[in-house]
Amino acid sequence: MRLEPIANPTLARRLGYPAAALGLTIIVASALSLLAGANPFATLGLILTGAAGSTFAALETLNRATPLIFTGLAIAVAFRAKLWNIGAEAQLYAGAIVTVLLGTGAVDLPSVPLLALMALAAMLAGALVLLGPVILKTRFGVDEVVTTLLFNFIMLLFVSYLLEGPMKDPMGMGWPKSTALLKEARLPRIAEGLRLHWGFGLALLSAVAVWVTQTRTTLGYEIRATGLNPQAARFAGIPVNTVLVKTALLSGGLAALAGYSEVAGLKGHLSLDLSPGFGYTGIIVAMLALLHPLGVVISAIFVAGIFVGADSMSRAAAVPTYIADILLAVALLFMVLAILLTRYRVVRG
Amino acid sequence: MTPTTTEAQDIVLRLDQITKRFGALVANDAVSLTLRKGEVVALLGENGAGKTTLMNILFGHYLADAGSVIAFGTALPPGNPRAALAAGIGMVHQHFTLADNLTVTENILLGTGSLWRRSLGLRQARTRIEDLSRDFGLSVHPGAKVGSLTVGERQRVEILKALYRDARILILDEPTAVLTPQETDALFATLRKAVARGLSIVFISHKLHEVMAIADRCVVLRHGRVVGTVDTHSTDRHALAALMVGADIVPPAVKPAQPGPVLLRLTAVSTPNVGAAPGLKFLSLGLTAGQITGLAGVSGNGQAALSDLISGLITPASGTLELAGVEPAHWSPRSAVRAGIARIPEDRHKTGTIADFTLTENAILERYADAPFSRAGWMDHGAARTFAQSVIQTYDVRCPGPDARIRSLSGGNMQKLILGRVLEPGPRIILANQPVRGLDIGAITYVHGRLLAARDAGAAVLLISEDLDEIMQLSDVIHVISEGRLSPGFARGAKTPAELGLWMAGQGFHHAA
Amino acid sequence: MSVIFDILLTASFWAAAVRIASPLIFATMGELICERAGVLNLGIEGIMVAGAFTGWMAVYLGAPLWWGVGAAMVAGMLFGALHATLTVPFGLSQHVVGLGVTLLATSSSYFAYRLILPQVTSPPKIDPFTEWRIPGLSDIPGLGDALFAQTPLTYAAFACAALTALVLYRTPLGLALRAVGENPAAAASQGLSVTGLRMGAVIVGSGLMAVGGAFLTLSAFSSFFFEMVNGRGWICIALVVFGAWRPGKAVLGALLFAAFDALQVRLQQTPMGALVPYQVFLMLPYVLSILALILMSRRAEVPAALMQPFNKGER
Repeated sequence: MRLEPIANPTLARRLGYPAAALGLTIIVASALSLLAGANPFATLGLILTGAAGSTFAALETLNRATPLIFTGLAIAVAFRAKLWNIGAEAQLYAGAIVTVLLGTGAVDLPSVPLLALMALAAMLAGALVLLGPVILKTRFGVDEVVTTLLFNFIMLLFVSYLLEGPMKDPMGMGWPKSTALLKEARLPRIAEGLRLHWGFGLALLSAVAVWVTQTRTTLGYEIRATGLNPQAARFAGIPVNTVLVKTALLSGGLAALAGYSEVAGLKGHLSLDLSPGFGYTGIIVAMLALLHPLGVVISAIFVAGIFVGADSMSRAAAVPTYIADILLAVALLFMVLAILLTRYRVVRG
Repeated sequence: MTPTTTEAQDIVLRLDQITKRFGALVANDAVSLTLRKGEVVALLGENGAGKTTLMNILFGHYLADAGSVIAFGTALPPGNPRAALAAGIGMVHQHFTLADNLTVTENILLGTGSLWRRSLGLRQARTRIEDLSRDFGLSVHPGAKVGSLTVGERQRVEILKALYRDARILILDEPTAVLTPQETDALFATLRKAVARGLSIVFISHKLHEVMAIADRCVVLRHGRVVGTVDTHSTDRHALAALMVGADIVPPAVKPAQPGPVLLRLTAVSTPNVGAAPGLKFLSLGLTAGQITGLAGVSGNGQAALSDLISGLITPASGTLELAGVEPAHWSPRSAVRAGIARIPEDRHKTGTIADFTLTENAILERYADAPFSRAGWMDHGAARTFAQSVIQTYDVRCPGPDARIRSLSGGNMQKLILGRVLEPGPRIILANQPVRGLDIGAITYVHGRLLAARDAGAAVLLISEDLDEIMQLSDVIHVISEGRLSPGFARGAKTPAELGLWMAGQGFHHAA
Repeated sequence: MSVIFDILLTASFWAAAVRIASPLIFATMGELICERAGVLNLGIEGIMVAGAFTGWMAVYLGAPLWWGVGAAMVAGMLFGALHATLTVPFGLSQHVVGLGVTLLATSSSYFAYRLILPQVTSPPKIDPFTEWRIPGLSDIPGLGDALFAQTPLTYAAFACAALTALVLYRTPLGLALRAVGENPAAAASQGLSVTGLRMGAVIVGSGLMAVGGAFLTLSAFSSFFFEMVNGRGWICIALVVFGAWRPGKAVLGALLFAAFDALQVRLQQTPMGALVPYQVFLMLPYVLSILALILMSRRAEVPAALMQPFNKGER
């Protein structure tokens, strides 16, 4: 078999294949729930109501989507430049550490400037964490996939050390968690009584900012050129390595905001279970959004919905909550294939 | 012409009514061809006429939409290179298909016999390769890593690959494109030996004098169709050329040059070797305003280093580069562009354009950071689009519009966009590296015309090409490069092709340093 | 320093190093085969999880130990087939597909584990492989205990590495594999199926990765728990680079790496080690892997066509 590009794919083709990918994912979900001895319709229904069946559920989904928007944006920015940042998890924790450092009394500032300072410092920390692998890539040609992955493990151990040592909460009853943030260092809720914090607003703002950067600025042009053809970009005079470093700073900073928003907006302290893999899930979010910054918002809400829905479903039915991860993996693989098939035809020979 | 019975028995290969489409493009339209035992048939046609596609179908790399391939009286199953190989067809591709990390012997052994044999049988293979290379005059060292071989040696390995498999039919796709005139003669000697042993050869080319020299018959392709089959003994170059192009070729008239001052000067420049590609060795060269300086040489002899240097991709390890007498403080692609150097890169797909960018985005690739295309970091898409539109118009770029992706364009139109991109700002120095490779005659004439016009307007042009004919036709001064060393400059017409060929083979250089 | 020296002189240290290296050798050989054919397989981490789980589950459900190894291999090959189908004929991004396969293999294993054992808090144990003392050789003082008193899966790991080297460098199949990873067009022009060879390499390679995972549950530990692979897959990718895509050097790299790992475990228990947070020791493997990558980065042995899809119709 051979792939032949299609010059002008029809609308039916452009919608049909992604729809088929979604359909196949639902079929897999049904099969898994049958395997677990549950009625597929009931399972899917429970996931749906668990994700969006009530205001509480919907807000929970948006809360869960917030860090995913940040990590999804981080990945989308990096992957556009073909910078394979798989280390958003480490950058997230770097952001969280700095948030706790500054938010527990190290600086004495009123709430708004303090929150702004914490955010900027968190971004800087995340950016620096990604800078290491990127410099190894540009200076020594070391593949960043493996180094960013390995950094995730190193960072988690570092957090574990901090939580058992210097940052340990003396009131923590032995649980490895940090001292809690001051009241001024907490992100306020968007509206009184609404269980949704301003981290979500910041996430939306970031998505728009990234979109503007990508479409309207020279940096956006440079990032796309570098990602699509670094050889031609370099020949044309684009400083490819500098662009990669700038991309890394942006990407690492965005991922760190996920940690900032989780700590300052939701948890109020740092613990080892701050992120159930938001950094990795961000890859799925970004890929499902086809790396489009505004699409990331939608896909993050979708992905968060599946997680929240599956959690709620598994409490009611005997289907393990890991069904959510399976579905996302399957959706990712089907979707990249579907996107390919919208642009290429499979022919014999 | 009706073949008699004996002639019919002599036919070793018959392509019958082959048709192949790529999307809307008809690459081959009911093409037929016959090859007899001990015969050399040339397949003549411009770039894009469908020669390579036809041979890829014959060899089973592509599936034909219609038509059949009959070798030695049996139809070949379509789309099966293995069957073609087993039927005794050997192909020497234009772009060599050798694995650099393997030795000559390993490359030749690759794919011969079953994959599941226990051992490679390197020793017997080596003996056989040595015999073959002696018999056919193809000297190579069987134990050498292919990555370290010269272009000429690689081609010999390709031919040995076919002979090792007892090929009865040899297909050579543009085999002389990368050879010196002397190497070409050696290749022809090998081919004559092969024919004398009963092999049959399909020789694909667009070079008329070679076709006349080696082929018995010539099949001419144009736009995917056979437009004529002629006996080379009863025709001449002009008739063939007219048949190939569909009209008489009028080479652009070259007026005498009006040389001015030296705009770019390299003095004793050296650059490091990169892998098997040699760097420059104490190379000195001046590019004079109003003159085309041609650089002849076999590929891989330092052209890439020289081109990278002038493009701003590398800096001299020693020696100096001066622009109008001044040594630039900083040297990068961007400073080269800003210094007024127009750079036409060797590979327009990989280096010259970004396939998934639009024409507009490609048109501003070198100058996106400058006004009017951007200000203070913000892009002005309108200004970019206006510029792209003017390039499309001025340079006759046939395209769906400035917002189309450039990957949908033909090579010629892509090259015209690059020409517009680099020539529109009015450059003082032009680096044209293989500017017409792979283009059809119309586009070639256009590009050459633009280069001559720029010369007449006072630009200093450096033309790098492996095609000696092109160099001799356009250049006011010719240098030859060999292993990173530069010959003296020869005025137009001062040297014959054979004399230049000796320089290309490395003779005549002082063995200094 | 003398503390380290004392540790290095014990047979148990070397025995541990060889044991720790074994799963890495299996998985590294698997990855090496994939990459030599031109495919980066980031599914390795998840496939090791799937192998660890499948092998353990088969034995837990009553199968003999070797059947568990076989079951793990089959599971790995299935995920490998998925990876290969998406990355070879369809030419999809090897990064994205690899990470997707890792996520799928990991979550499927966890899902299945929870299906079979919904309530369990401490994972049940099986009877793992026991040591095979090789008669004669294992009686060599020092060396015998270190090298020849291992479980059969350890011997299998070294045999697997030797076989990989033999096939790669001494057989037509290995020659073909090396060619498709370097210049697929060269292989295609000689009548070889690039698609077939690459898919085969990914499937077989993934099978070996899964056996590496199964080593953890069937030989090293006796039960399956979450996060047990813990980045070993990624470390193996670093080992392939460190070994310059050569089986022999990769085995040496795995042994060196395992020796460091065994050393850090022992150092933690010394009075000197108690002064350093244990997390620092646990970080060492990952830090070492990064250092190995930097050390080897300037060498140009990487297969030229690694991560480059081959579509013969591309024009």
